[in-house]
Amino acid sequence: MKLGKLITMSAALPALALLSACGSDGSEKAVSGGIDPQTFADSLHAVMASDRAVYTKRVVNRLQNDEGVIKASEHFEDDKALPLPAQMFRFGAEAVAEKTDKFSYQLLSLWPINKQNAPKTELEKDGLQYIVDHPGENFYGEEELGGKKYFTAVYADPAVAPACVTCHNDHKDTPKTDFKLGDTMGGVVIRIPIT
Amino acid sequence: MARLLSVRRLWLLWGLVTLLLLGMAAAVMAYGGPRHLFLIGKTTDAHHQIELACNACHTDWFGGRESIEKSCHGCHQADLDEMNDSHPAKKFRDPRNADRLELLDATKCLTCHVEHNEDVTRPMAVTLPMDYCSACHQDVAENRPSHKGFGFETCASAGCHNFHDNQALYEDFLEKHVGDDWLSKHPFLLSRQEGSPRSPELKALYSKPAAAPAPAVPDAPAGIDFEAHVANGWLQSAHAANGVNCSGCHQPQGANPKAKSSWIEKPAMEQCAGCHSYEAERFVKGKHGMRLAKDMFAERDGLLGIFKEKRLSPMRPEMARLPMKADAAHRELTCTSCHAEHDFNTARAKVEACTTCHNDEHTKAYFASPHHALWQKELAGEVPAGSGVTCASCHMPLAMRKDAKGRTVLAADHNQSGNLHPNEKMGRGVCLQCHGLGFTLDALADRALISRNFKGRPSVHVESIDWVERRMRERGDLPPSRTTTAKNGQEGD
Repeated sequence: MKLGKLITMSAALPALALLSACGSDGSEKAVSGGIDPQTFADSLHAVMASDRAVYTKRVVNRLQNDEGVIKASEHFEDDKALPLPAQMFRFGAEAVAEKTDKFSYQLLSLWPINKQNAPKTELEKDGLQYIVDHPGENFYGEEELGGKKYFTAVYADPAVAPACVTCHNDHKDTPKTDFKLGDTMGGVVIRIPIT
Repeated sequence: MARLLSVRRLWLLWGLVTLLLLGMAAAVMAYGGPRHLFLIGKTTDAHHQIELACNACHTDWFGGRESIEKSCHGCHQADLDEMNDSHPAKKFRDPRNADRLELLDATKCLTCHVEHNEDVTRPMAVTLPMDYCSACHQDVAENRPSHKGFGFETCASAGCHNFHDNQALYEDFLEKHVGDDWLSKHPFLLSRQEGSPRSPELKALYSKPAAAPAPAVPDAPAGIDFEAHVANGWLQSAHAANGVNCSGCHQPQGANPKAKSSWIEKPAMEQCAGCHSYEAERFVKGKHGMRLAKDMFAERDGLLGIFKEKRLSPMRPEMARLPMKADAAHRELTCTSCHAEHDFNTARAKVEACTTCHNDEHTKAYFASPHHALWQKELAGEVPAGSGVTCASCHMPLAMRKDAKGRTVLAADHNQSGNLHPNEKMGRGVCLQCHGLGFTLDALADRALISRNFKGRPSVHVESIDWVERRMRERGDLPPSRTTTAKNGQEGD
C-alpha cells in the first residue's frame, strides 16, 4: 500500500472508534499502519448517515410532523424553530472543516434547493447520477482539485422520513416535486486528500 | 591617497548614517514615536483612530498576511458570527471551492479589504471592484431570471444584498414583510420604563434582578469632601435607586468603604465595567471607544527603557473625520463624557451628549425631525415610553444581550458604529420596531433623507421586496390580506 494513501491514525480516530464499536463479534480489530481511504470514507459515512437519520426521524419528523410541537425552518433562529436536517449536516461539515483538513464532506444533489449544492466537479456529477441509477451502491473515484489529489466517495442520501419528502416537494425553490419516501434525494460526498 | 581615504570615510559615514536611520525607523515602527511618517496611505474611516497603534494589526514582524488576518478576526469575528455571516471562511475551505478560491480567496479578509489604499477603497472598506460577486455567481440568472441583465456591480450596491450581513435582506424575511404598512400599528421601541407598551414582551424574556435598597446617605470615607450637588445628583440617579453608593464606583470591589486610601478620585472605564461589562465591551469596539481597547498602544516598552509603554489616549472630536463642534474639539471620550458623573442622566446621554460634539447635517436636522418631536412628547409624558426616538434609540439600541458573564441583560449597544455598516442592520434592529420593511429599506437607501434626519418620505426605492412579492404572486403564495407592498408614508410624516 502506498504511503501516500495511508490515512494517519490520528485522522482516522472517529472511524476507528466506529469500527471498534461495529465489530459483529465484539472483538477489537487490529489496525496497524492506518486504513485505506475507502474504509475510512465508508466508516465516516456510517456515522454521518446514522446521526442524520436519527435527527431527521427522532427530532424533526417526530416534533414537526407527528406531534406538531415545533417546526423546522431554514431560518430557525428568526422563526424559533429547529434547524433543518440538511443544515445540521452542513453545520457539522463546516465545524469539521475548521478542525481538520484530513477529510471533508458535503451534501449535494442533482435537485438542490440551494443551487450552490448542485454538483460542480465531473466526479460529483457522475457520482450523484450513479447512486440514483444504482440504488444501494456507492460511487468511488479520484479527482484533482486545486492541485491536490483526493479520494472521493459518493453515498446515496435517501428520504428517511415523511418530513424530508414534504419539505423538499413543497419548497418554493425545489426543482423536483415528486419525491417519495425512500427515494435518493441527493448524495453525501466525502473527500480524503491522498497526496 | 588622501583623497581615496576621504572617499572611503564618506562611504563609511554614509553607511553608518544609513544604518542609524534604518535602526531608528525600525525602532519607531516596533516601539513607537512619529509613526505617522510610515503610514503607507490614508487609513480607512474604520481604523483611522487607531492607525498609530500599528501593533494592533501588525502583530508580528514576520507573520505576513496571516498575522494580520488573525488581527481582523480578533476584533471582527464575534460580530460576523452574530450576524450569521453569509460568506464565512469555513464555507470555502471545502476542496470543491478550490477553483473559486483561485478567482477570489473568500477565506481571507485581505482579499477584499486592504488597508491604507484610499484610491481603491469603496463603501464598506471594500478594495475590490464592486463586481466581485461574479467570481462565484455567474449563473445566477439561470435560477433567478429576474436577475438577468443586471451588472454584478449592482448586487451589493442597490440595497438588495450584502456580502456578510443579509439578516434584513434574505428572501423569506422580505416575504414576511410584503405589504407592511410604512408605520406599524404598535410603533413603540423597547424601553426600560415600567409600564411601557413593550414591558409585557420584555417581562416574558427577562426578569430584572431585584435592586438593593436605596441608600439614604453617601458612604464616602471621612475626609472625602464633595459639594451638595454631587450628593443630590447621585440621590436622583439610577445608581442610588439600585443601591449603588459612592464606594460602588470610587473604591475597588471588596475594599473597605471607610478606608480613604482606596478612594479613586476619578473612576475610569474599568470601574464602570465592573457592573456594566457588556456596555464596556461594546464601547471599545466602536469609534467612540476603540482607542481604549486592549492592545491599543502608541508606544511599547523596549530598547533598554528608551521607549515606555503608552496607551492611546481616549478619542477626541478633533480626531474625527465627521464634522464636530469646534468648542468640543479637545473633549475626551470616556464613559462620563456622555453619562455625566453622579446623576448619570440617561435622557441627557440619549441626545444632548451626542449633540455636544457632533455637528453634521444629520445631527443638526434631528431637532426638526418627527423623531425628535415624539421624543419631546415622551419627555412631557404625552405619549407612552418608547414612542420617542433619540440619537441613542437608533445608534445605541436597547436589546436583550448576553454580557461577558453569559447573563441575559437588557442593554444598550455602546458600539454606536455597530449597526451603521451596512445600515440595513439598523433597519432590522431598530427601524422595524416601528416601521415596515419596505419603507425602512427605502429610507435607509436615501442619503438625502438620512441627511434630513428622516423628515419627509423616501425618494429612493429598493425593488427587492417588489420582486419577492411578484414571485409570491406567481406561485400563488400571497395571502389575500397582503396583496400589495404598502406605500411609503406621507410628506412630513
